[in-house]
Amino acid sequence: MGMQFGIFTVGDVTTDPTTGRTPTEHERIKATVEIAKHAEEVGLDVFATGEHHNPPFIASNPTATLAYIGAQTENIILSTSTTLITTTDPVLIAEDYAKIQHLTDGRVDLMMGRGNTGPVYPWFGKDIRQGINLAIENYALLRRLWSEDVVDWSGRFRTPLQGYTSTPRPLDGVAPFVWHGSIRSPEIAEQAAYYGDGFFHNHIFWPASHTKQMVQLYRQRFEHYEHGTADQAIVGLGGQFFMRPNSQDAVDEFRPYFDNAPVYGHGPSLEDFTEATPLTVGSPQQVIERTLSFREYVGDYQRQLFLIDHAGLPLKTVLEQLDLYGEILPTLRAEFEKLRKPGVPDAPTHASLVAAAGGAKDATVYADGDAATGSSDRDLSDPEVAKVLEGEL
Amino acid sequence: MTRIVVVSAGLSVPSSTRMLADMLGEATTRAVQARGAEVEVDHVELRALAHELTDNLLTGFAKPALQAAIDQVRRADAVIAVTPVFSASYSGLFKTFFDVLQPGLLDAKPVLIAATAGTARHSLVLEHALRPLFAYLHAVVVPTGVFAATDDFAGGPELPKRVDRAATELAALLAVSGGAPAAPTSQRRLVEDEFESPTSFDELLKRASEGPPEF
Repeated sequence: MGMQFGIFTVGDVTTDPTTGRTPTEHERIKATVEIAKHAEEVGLDVFATGEHHNPPFIASNPTATLAYIGAQTENIILSTSTTLITTTDPVLIAEDYAKIQHLTDGRVDLMMGRGNTGPVYPWFGKDIRQGINLAIENYALLRRLWSEDVVDWSGRFRTPLQGYTSTPRPLDGVAPFVWHGSIRSPEIAEQAAYYGDGFFHNHIFWPASHTKQMVQLYRQRFEHYEHGTADQAIVGLGGQFFMRPNSQDAVDEFRPYFDNAPVYGHGPSLEDFTEATPLTVGSPQQVIERTLSFREYVGDYQRQLFLIDHAGLPLKTVLEQLDLYGEILPTLRAEFEKLRKPGVPDAPTHASLVAAAGGAKDATVYADGDAATGSSDRDLSDPEVAKVLEGEL
Repeated sequence: MTRIVVVSAGLSVPSSTRMLADMLGEATTRAVQARGAEVEVDHVELRALAHELTDNLLTGFAKPALQAAIDQVRRADAVIAVTPVFSASYSGLFKTFFDVLQPGLLDAKPVLIAATAGTARHSLVLEHALRPLFAYLHAVVVPTGVFAATDDFAGGPELPKRVDRAATELAALLAVSGGAPAAPTSQRRLVEDEFESPTSFDELLKRASEGPPEF
C-alpha cells in the first residue's frame, strides 16, 4: 500500500442549519458506524474517530466504537483522531488498543493528541498547563507497557507501577503504530521525531503555513535522530472537502453549513476560508487538484484523512460525499504514486511492522492460576475484613 | 539598526491618533539618532486590519496582512502604542490587537503608551487602562505616557515637549549608545523560537518529570 486515504470524525452533534433539526446522540452514534462501514465500501483505507468527553460530542469511549466497527468490517484500518494522551491513563490505553489489535487482527493504530478543551483536564484530575509534560511522560510509559513484558515505573503524573504486565500483550509482539498530532506545538513534532513515530497535522481550520512549519521541523528532527532521511519520515495530513459534480452546487449546498459551523461559523466567508485553509468546496476535479497540491509544501506523505461529517451535515449527504470520494480515489492514488519520489516509504501497517520486526511472534505472558479470582473482600473469615465490618477500622 | 513599530488605532481620516503616532515616531527617530544609532520606524494602522482581527478572534489564526503586522511587532526593538479613548478606555480595536498576540510576545519590550481624546478629562486613561495592560503583558513601559486632547493640536509648546520627553526616555531604554540594554532580557520562549532551535527531546523528558508528584 503506497499512500493511505481515509476519513476522520470528531463526533459532533450539531443542528442541521437548513432544517433546524438536531440528531439525537443515538442517531449520531449509529450514523458514525454507518459512515465507517461505507468508508470501507467505497475503498478507503482508514477510519479514525476523535475522543471528547463533553456535549455536543458522542466521541467518548472510542475503543468501544472502533471495536464495534472492526467487527463489521474486513479491511479498513481503525484509528483515532485523537487519543487523549494527557488525560487518559496510559495503562488503560495500552490495554485497550492491544485488545483491539487482537480483535481486528492488527487493523488498528493511534494518533496521540493533547486535547484543547480546558475543563476536561480537571475532570480527569489533570492540569492543562501541564499538557506537554503529560504528553511526554504518559507516552514514554505507554511505549514501555507495550514493549516490555514487566514494567517497573515511577513518574510525576500517575502512581508508580511495580512488576506490572499490561495484558493482552501486543498482537504478534508488535505494538500498534503511533502518530502524534499537533497543530502548533513544536515539542510534539520533536517527540514524534525522537521515537521515529508518525507525525500528523490536522490541516483543517488552520492555514497551510502552520502545517508546513510543523512537518518541516518533524522531518528535520527525524533525520537528526537517525531514523532515516527527512524524506523518509512518516507524515499524515487532515483535510476537509465538500464535493458535488458541479462546483457551484457544492458551494450553494455547503454554505449554510459553513456559515453556522461550530468552529469557524459566523466568521470569515466561505471564500476567504477556502483560500486561507485547505478546505475545498467544489467539483471532484477541484478536490483532486487541491489535494495533490498538499505535497508541494509537506513533501511526499503517507496518510490523507478528510473530515466530511461535521457541522450538522445529514447522514445521507455524508454518505454521498463518501461515494464521490470513492470515485476520485483511483485518480488520487495513481497521481500521488506518479509524483512520489523514489525511496519514500509506504504507509505503515501491522503487516509491515511485523515484517520489519523480523516476523510475528506470540507475546503471551503466561502466569500461574491465581488465588484472587472468586474471593470476596467481604469474606468474614479474613480477619482484616471482619475488623472493617465490625467498625474497628 | 533599531526597529520601532508604531501601532495606532485611529478610525477617521485624518485621525488625531495617527497624527500623534507620527509625532511620536519622528521624535523617537531623532532621539535614537541623537545617540548615534540608525533607526527604522514602521507604522501599523489597525483600521485596515479590523476584519482580520475579528476573524482571528473566531478562527484562532491570523491572515497574511495581520500576521505581517504581528511579525513586525515581534521583531521590533520597541513599540509605540497609540489609541483613541472610547468609553473611558482604549478602543476595542486597539485591545483586540494585543489580545491576539501570543503570550510572551511583548516580554521585556520597551513600549511607549499614548492616547487621544476630545478633552483633557480623559488623560488618566494612560494610567488606569494602558499602563496596566502593558504591565500585564510584561512590557517595559516608558515612564512618560503622552496624552493629547483635541486642543493640544491647536499648537503651543506643551504637546511637542511631552512627545520629546517620552521619545528621549524610550531611546534611553533602548540603550542604543552601545551599553548593555536597560530593559530586563528574560523572555518567554515563543513558538518561533522553538521552531528556530527546538528543545531536544532529552530536555523535554527531563522537564516533564521535574516537580512534585501530581497524582
